[in-house]
Amino acid sequence: MAQKLDYLRESASQTAGPYVHIGLAPGAAGFDIYDQELGWDIAGPNAKGERIRVEGLVIDGMGSPVKDVLIEVWQANADGHYAHPEGGGEVEDGFRGWGRVITDFETGDWGFDTVKPGAVMGRGGRMMAPHLNLWIVSRGINIGLNTRMYFDDEEAANAKDPVINLIEWEQRRATLIAKRTTRDGTPVYRFDIRLQGDDETVFFDL
Amino acid sequence: MSRAEYYQRDRRLHPAALTPDYKTSVARSPRYSMISLQQSASEITGPTFGHTDLGELDNDLIRNYAKEGDPVGERIIVHGRVLDENARPVPNTLVEIWQANASGRYRHRKDTYLGALDPNFGGCGRTISDDQGRYSFRTIKPGAYPWRNWVNNWRPAHIHVSVFGHAFCQRLITQLYFEGDPLIPICPIVATIPDADAIEQLTAKLDLNATIPLDTIAYKFDIVLRGRRSTYFENRPEGN
Repeated sequence: MAQKLDYLRESASQTAGPYVHIGLAPGAAGFDIYDQELGWDIAGPNAKGERIRVEGLVIDGMGSPVKDVLIEVWQANADGHYAHPEGGGEVEDGFRGWGRVITDFETGDWGFDTVKPGAVMGRGGRMMAPHLNLWIVSRGINIGLNTRMYFDDEEAANAKDPVINLIEWEQRRATLIAKRTTRDGTPVYRFDIRLQGDDETVFFDL
Repeated sequence: MSRAEYYQRDRRLHPAALTPDYKTSVARSPRYSMISLQQSASEITGPTFGHTDLGELDNDLIRNYAKEGDPVGERIIVHGRVLDENARPVPNTLVEIWQANASGRYRHRKDTYLGALDPNFGGCGRTISDDQGRYSFRTIKPGAYPWRNWVNNWRPAHIHVSVFGHAFCQRLITQLYFEGDPLIPICPIVATIPDADAIEQLTAKLDLNATIPLDTIAYKFDIVLRGRRSTYFENRPEGN
């Protein structure tokens, strides 16, 4: 008989359910309880780099917007450093690099304001193109979905990105690339996430 | 130099994306396979939180929304440890919970269940694990409630739990169930988990030793996050 190893097993995931806002965004659920809700200020006032807005929809397999989703973002600062002891270097005072947003209950629109991240050192010394790491939970999603958002004005960096290039189906790579426009002088990146069907967004097992 | 990775997530103990008995999953589940990544800095780092982020009553759901008195219901302590797969404590990590009240009613503008709201109960809490990975909440035991899946589905009593760990790849949301609840084995959401031991691991156990006599009963619930490889052979030049 094989010896039994003494590892524990990860707790199993369960859906965040329809009322995820109560715990993670109580203001949106309709009541005030905490002195400060977490996740609304990603970059802080001292962050270097270009201020941008990111917007989109999460769309289900019927083509309908998902109106009860919660998205978390994890990103590097403009120098490509994460706010973490192993993040590659210093970040500005107040730069958290993490945020959470919910969709509008009526329209499904979501959006957040941040700074554009810099390129991040990847495995084996290969640079990764600037990207946001996104994690999506909602009713009907049994385990959080991980994806990345890249920027369409970083064509040269995207072409060399080791993660984009891991996707064997070249036509699927486009699902990870947000489109830049400008509104009232602010750069806005549009990023729709399709959970299923035509142009299904690429999701990662990290 | 490469950095130590977290163990591969065992997708056989987690729910699949498509679980048709839980109807909402049908249109919200990807059809293509996920792309597996070897981890980089983007996955092995994650946000950090400190006590300045929290208020004093944030882990006490009996007091943190009380207006005129205590909420109605069974007073419970939920406590345990956040551990990794190596059985090491995960200290200083944010644990957030949310739940219905004793009637099974959520304080949420979208919940229209007949069960009454409790004017003294909000239903959310958060805390940061201590240097041994320990956490605790005081709350009211939530009630079961009906939901529109099959026409007569009832969720077992549960508390939603969100944990960060120290890396974005450890991010986890799950649900805590209570020992002995007869609704657990017939719930389509619980049944999305294909592994009986994994379901058992989500069931909090009555912990008489942690109760406060004549005051509050207690349940113990340990949360296990992904573990990380040791680094013995990591510090070699690339290409060797």
